[in-house]
Amino acid sequence: MRRLLVLVSLAACTALTIALALAVLVAAESAVVSELPQQLAASLGRSGVEHPTTAVLLNFRSYDTLLEIGVLVIAGMSGISLASTRSLEDPALRSSDVLLYALQRWFVPLMLLLAAYLLWAGSHRPGGAFQAGAVLAATGVLMRLGGLPMAFIRPGVLLRLGLVLGFAVFLLVAIASALAGEAFLAYPPGMAGGLILAIETVLTLSIGMILLALFVAAPVSAEHEPEEGGGS
Amino acid sequence: MSPDLLYALAGVGLCGIGLAGFLLLDHLLRRLLAFNLLGSGVFLVLVGLAQHRGGPDPVPQALVLTGIVVAIAATALAIVLIRRYFHLTGRTSLADAGDGQS
Amino acid sequence: MAGLLFTPLAWAALSLLLDFRRGRWLSWLGMLIQVLVSLSLWFAVAGGGGFFYALAGWEAPLGIALRVDGLAVSFVLLTAAVATACGVHAGVYLDPGKSWQRYFWPLFWFLWAGLNGVWLGADLFNLYVGLELISLAAVGLVALGGEAAALRAALRYLFAALLGSLAYLLGVALLYGQFGTLSLTGIAGVVGATEPAAALALLLMLAGLALKTALFPLHGWLPPAHGIAKSPVSALLSGLVVKASFYIAARLWLELGDRLGSQLLAQGLGALGAAAVLWGSWRAFRQPYLKQVVAYSSVAQIGYLFLLFPLTYAVAEPVSRLAQQGITLQVISHALAKAAMFLAAGNLILSVRSKRVDALGGVSHFLPFSLFSFGLAGVSLMGMPPTGGFAAKWLLLQASLASGQWWWIAVLLLGGVLAAAYVFRIYRASFLEDSVSDDFYHPPKTLEAIPMILALLALGLGLVAEPVLSVLALPFEVAAGVTAVQP
Repeated sequence: MRRLLVLVSLAACTALTIALALAVLVAAESAVVSELPQQLAASLGRSGVEHPTTAVLLNFRSYDTLLEIGVLVIAGMSGISLASTRSLEDPALRSSDVLLYALQRWFVPLMLLLAAYLLWAGSHRPGGAFQAGAVLAATGVLMRLGGLPMAFIRPGVLLRLGLVLGFAVFLLVAIASALAGEAFLAYPPGMAGGLILAIETVLTLSIGMILLALFVAAPVSAEHEPEEGGGS
Repeated sequence: MSPDLLYALAGVGLCGIGLAGFLLLDHLLRRLLAFNLLGSGVFLVLVGLAQHRGGPDPVPQALVLTGIVVAIAATALAIVLIRRYFHLTGRTSLADAGDGQS
Repeated sequence: MAGLLFTPLAWAALSLLLDFRRGRWLSWLGMLIQVLVSLSLWFAVAGGGGFFYALAGWEAPLGIALRVDGLAVSFVLLTAAVATACGVHAGVYLDPGKSWQRYFWPLFWFLWAGLNGVWLGADLFNLYVGLELISLAAVGLVALGGEAAALRAALRYLFAALLGSLAYLLGVALLYGQFGTLSLTGIAGVVGATEPAAALALLLMLAGLALKTALFPLHGWLPPAHGIAKSPVSALLSGLVVKASFYIAARLWLELGDRLGSQLLAQGLGALGAAAVLWGSWRAFRQPYLKQVVAYSSVAQIGYLFLLFPLTYAVAEPVSRLAQQGITLQVISHALAKAAMFLAAGNLILSVRSKRVDALGGVSHFLPFSLFSFGLAGVSLMGMPPTGGFAAKWLLLQASLASGQWWWIAVLLLGGVLAAAYVFRIYRASFLEDSVSDDFYHPPKTLEAIPMILALLALGLGLVAEPVLSVLALPFEVAAGVTAVQP
């Protein structure tokens, strides 16, 4: 029975793959000309950044990015909601590798520098808040593995503030422009570049913090949530 | 056939492998990896197919970046849930609890 | 207008910084604001017609536009009503002493933001992000507390939701690859009659969304997740969350289905829906646990929604409109009735301290109010007059007759009978006197009042169906929306 199920699934997957490949070929053949690339090229000058991908992410389709950061915040807080309340630090998970410690002294400053560079580069070449935040989180992971104390990763108000800071600043800019009488998320003329850089900076911090918190959020809390109608 | 189309077709292949893994693997971490493979396949199709039509297109690149962040958030949440589930029950799959739910 | 999207997001951020009790006051204030804004938007659209709103000041296809029409604002208003009821209930129902409950409010608000985003969304990729926002918030709510059974259900839910989203995104990738735009109206404008690639894309998207909507036989994840979550959360999930993915599927079908769909696909989806009605009702009748009964009832009620596909494909315009109105009423009345049912079930469970159906014996003496709400909601699910459920089924019945697809009538009638069976089973259990226990807990009055209000709304919907439906049929004018409404 199980064997049959496996065979059927494999056959279905193969059939779907072939159909998809054909569909890709057909779609590529019958592609319709769209005016989107011209529109994008024409509006890039007013977006405040030179790199088109960053312009799409933080200006043209900034609503997507705002919601995407929301998704990250959800994941982060669901992660820490499952952790114990006292501290997210688990001494058992620290290693005291001499080599790791020696490497760390070189790597941590370099990685911080790299994160800062990626953030700055985002406005005119590949880079940006998420890449910088990911490097920042990787630095934190390395520090944790090496046993450096990280008192700020506690499920206290400071951690929650850190998680939500980038999202909150982004949202504040969005609402401020609406209160000023423009569309939501529209940057005031001339200020787009500066605002985007400011948003990206706080986003980097928050993204780094969320990813790190998700890495660290492991220990199980001793408290229990009884099921509804539990006990019987 | 342009290289961009080749990317899209490679993405289709990854989708097939990822889907098969997702359906057939019971181990939660493997299934999560299969999900990531499937996701990478979808992103490749998105970028490759769009690139084929008119050179490098920043819109799908930005979409994929958004998609990656969403996928990372989902993966991270899943790992936290899996770790805690494993810690509480010692199980690595959902199948062996057998409570008769279909 | 866009305050509907940004108030929940702002409230999510703020409530994350507060504990459960303070977050409760903040959230109750936020709910009041949301209800008022939703109402004013509804009246604005009812008076002036629908419009597009360009976010960030960039028009589609470069930017993301919101589509504000009669259907969208009706669902926004429905969400405000149901979410407020669940939120007020949750504020009293949940135990503020537990450290993780503080995360309830931010998750709740993110969920609300995602729902409003989906109702108003007109951009295919933005809808994907909105769906993921909803899914992850919902999974977080199910997993809250972190017991093994809840984690199991949450993981199952998460995997199903993620697979569904990726199938949808793959369809979006194919569509973008061919048409070079993400705006649904833009694609609908250029798509031709025979487009095999786009047809496969539509199929993938519908399959992914059907998985997320828990269409039979892809419903396996729903009963555990909705059964194990706390009652206010179950009410949100069953009442609103599954409707979001269905709403996208319906929008896609109504825009693209006439060219990319086929009679086979339409009838197939309808048949799966019919199977869901019968199988879900039967399983609901057999469940030993109260909330599992309600959860399987959701599987059945979701089945009706998929009758939209056969009843709008290749039929005359007035028939299609009848079917659309019927499905919309079904969505609204099921959201109200099912939320009422889950909240009432939560009260019953709280009162008898057991989640088994056979533990309800004698509860009819102690908690007649909650039991009555449960029954009223059940009457709407059965589709008896004058409820919203009846009005919905009446419209669907007419659409089936007018399009000559008489076989759906049998499903509609049989589904009603089966719904009556599982609701009366609960009633029978609660009137049995052989149970010796008379140790019942009395929940606070607020908890009892809320499901009653929702059940009465579901009941009254049948009486006011006419004006509700008239807003849905409003002309949609494509105007520069930015200037149209500014709250």
